Amino acid sequence: MIPMDWVWGLVGGLMIGTAAALFLLGNGRIMGASGLIGGLVDRSGWGDWPERVAFLAALVVVPALMLPFYAVEVSTNITSNLAIVIAGGLLVGIGTRLANGCTSGHGVCGISRFSLRGIVATVFYLLAGGIAMVLFRHVLGGI
Amino acid sequence: MSRILIAAASGGLFGAGLLVSGMTNTVKVQGWLDIFGAWDPTLAFVLGGAILPMLVAWHLTTRRQAAITGASFPARPDPKLGHNLIIGSVLFGAGWGLVGLCPGPAIASLSWGGTGGITFLLAMIAGMLAANPIRLRLDRVAAA
Repeated sequence: MIPMDWVWGLVGGLMIGTAAALFLLGNGRIMGASGLIGGLVDRSGWGDWPERVAFLAALVVVPALMLPFYAVEVSTNITSNLAIVIAGGLLVGIGTRLANGCTSGHGVCGISRFSLRGIVATVFYLLAGGIAMVLFRHVLGGI
Repeated sequence: MSRILIAAASGGLFGAGLLVSGMTNTVKVQGWLDIFGAWDPTLAFVLGGAILPMLVAWHLTTRRQAAITGASFPARPDPKLGHNLIIGSVLFGAGWGLVGLCPGPAIASLSWGGTGGITFLLAMIAGMLAANPIRLRLDRVAAA
């Protein structure tokens, strides 16, 4: 018996990939979350702001509209340690802009294109994520 | 106009997929990264599921001249890896492991993420603003 979480993971993954395929075949663009918001933040993408804003607005609104249909309470279960939250956010912001992509751009769109950059980026952020997680949880005891 | 509608449809479907897949839940993401704990393989199903439609999409781009809206398809990136790709990915991965959120889910969970979610998003935006000066420094060090 396959756990339902895996099935939902696969279904959600197919939806994410279809969204990326729609963006690529429709608008000729890579669906990268960090790039779409990052271009608005540092003004490098202001030339096509309507498209970026439409994407990001729908990204917030559509899951919000789905919440009432969930029988169980949906939670991010994010840590209540705000110092860790801020440190993590800063690292994610700096890192994704330096690397020019995150899980969606390098991971989903890059690997499927057999892009060396996407594959190498994914290997490094997975390794760094695993090491950070293990150090934090098992060596530092989660603080 | 059609570009904006397609962008909204894509963003909405992306958000729905992130919620359905469980990737807005930091416990599931950290469970995948925690190979010495109770390892949770869900993320592999999400990434695998997401790559499948994109394999088809990239194949279709080789058969078409342009996207539906007439835009050209993205050119293949410079195969050169460079220090920024490696350093950036390591920093991103470390932050992702610490908190369990990457940019897509951080934005998608804005409506229910509470103070912690908004704080993460603001810190991420601050980090994005800091990235350009950091890149200039790294490039100078690499060139020296």
